[in-house]
Amino acid sequence: MNDTPLAWPLRPFEALGRATITGLESLGRFGAFLGEALLILFTPPLKVGALLRRVQFIGFRSLIIILLTGAFTGMVLALQLYLTLTRFGSEAFLGPALAISIIRELGPVLSALMVTGRAGSALTAEIGIMRITEQIDALTVMALNPMRYLVAPSILAGVLTFPLITAIFDAMGLLGGHVIAVELLGLSSGTYFGEIKTFVDMSDIMTGFWKSLCFGVIVTWVSTYKGFYVGHGAEGVARATTQAVVLASVLILVWDYFMGSVLPF
Amino acid sequence: MIKVQGLTKSFRRQPVLRGVDLEVPTGSIAVVIGRSGGGKTVLLRHLIGLLRPDAGSILVEGVDITRLTGHEIDGIRRRYGVVFQGGALFDSLTCAANVAFPLREKLRLGRAEVRRRVRDGLAAVGLEEIGAKYPAEVSGGMRKRVAIARALVTEPEIVFFDEPTTGLDPVLVHTIHNLIRDLHRRHRFTAIMVSHEIPEIFTVADSVAMLHEGRIIEAGPPAVIQSSANPVVRRFIHGEIEPGTDPQSH
Repeated sequence: MNDTPLAWPLRPFEALGRATITGLESLGRFGAFLGEALLILFTPPLKVGALLRRVQFIGFRSLIIILLTGAFTGMVLALQLYLTLTRFGSEAFLGPALAISIIRELGPVLSALMVTGRAGSALTAEIGIMRITEQIDALTVMALNPMRYLVAPSILAGVLTFPLITAIFDAMGLLGGHVIAVELLGLSSGTYFGEIKTFVDMSDIMTGFWKSLCFGVIVTWVSTYKGFYVGHGAEGVARATTQAVVLASVLILVWDYFMGSVLPF
Repeated sequence: MIKVQGLTKSFRRQPVLRGVDLEVPTGSIAVVIGRSGGGKTVLLRHLIGLLRPDAGSILVEGVDITRLTGHEIDGIRRRYGVVFQGGALFDSLTCAANVAFPLREKLRLGRAEVRRRVRDGLAAVGLEEIGAKYPAEVSGGMRKRVAIARALVTEPEIVFFDEPTTGLDPVLVHTIHNLIRDLHRRHRFTAIMVSHEIPEIFTVADSVAMLHEGRIIEAGPPAVIQSSANPVVRRFIHGEIEPGTDPQSH
């Protein structure tokens, strides 16, 4: 390698080139990380104990926050939609308007963002601490693949739990909306649920399902990757945790738009 | 026999190892000494296959592990036991579960055999009673001993110790060294230890190698190192300050 410094007018180009190569390397490593984890998922043995612990951690322990955010999202959406719909004299359609918004869009996105904040950040911190305290190296020198013990079970747990969490968020959103629509705004319960039954079809539910499945992979992939390749010390773990939350949140929104434009209306 | 030849490694163009040569006969305890930040741990991480060198070779019973793929090196690692500097115990598992982990996952032994070996392993380090506790609930010295028990429970042929007594009081340092000596007498493993516990380490080692500025500058039996004429070795083992590095003189 030639270590002679370049003439100063060329240095910005050198820096740009270096940044591009570093960026591409990171992107490749990010993709290869998911590829390896998926490959491990399809080759036995599956670490069932680790999977169950992750399902409990990502899914069960996120329940309270999902119940709360689901209910309040439904309630506030009911208020806002009522305000809009009364201007057109269409308040009878409050139920389906709210249900479609929640099932197709808000349920998968908001529950994924909430789980990212609660479980994704903790997952990054946990794996990051395992890295800096050499626990991951300990697995490696035991001739055991840390991806099989830490990453693959997390990604599978994300795939299994996110659709369920989203379904719970959706149900709470509809109930929250029902409380506001029926008890506060005076709509009949029959109208609320009847119109939902008429206008919400299977494609809406499947759209939400596919989105939640993808978000489950995105959140666990980003969180485990950032923990696995953490920097040095407590500061490195803190930085990785922040990066994981920010990156996962951005990817959720970008992927949501992509899926929203590809999946059938 | 473990043979290191011309091992070099740089990080961001900063050379850390500049051609390390080292030989460790089978069944002996070799200790690598040297100043903090001198590359001892980097050398050890090459020996256990966690780092790849820029050049040079590491022969373990004639096999150059620097040329093996990830899968192939696992075959060599199955013969290893490693005690990390901080213990590297799995903090989500109890001490007993930590010791049981390589037996269950690496050797795939049955439940009764695992239980027996864990009991014996913890007894060998004098910690039968703390099996149910988590690493965070025991002292630093106990953690190191549990880490030693975990490294030795699979009866490895080669054991690596990365500064196993760092941060411990002199009594515990003595206890851990005695324990290593005693376990070595019983199991006859080959051991490579990185340490700067002078002069305590001379009672444990069969051979000592001094790593300085990325090279082994002197190696031999403890008595030879202790009576070395090399001024760098003499200054290090007597704890003397190198000329021009005394902060008080500035």
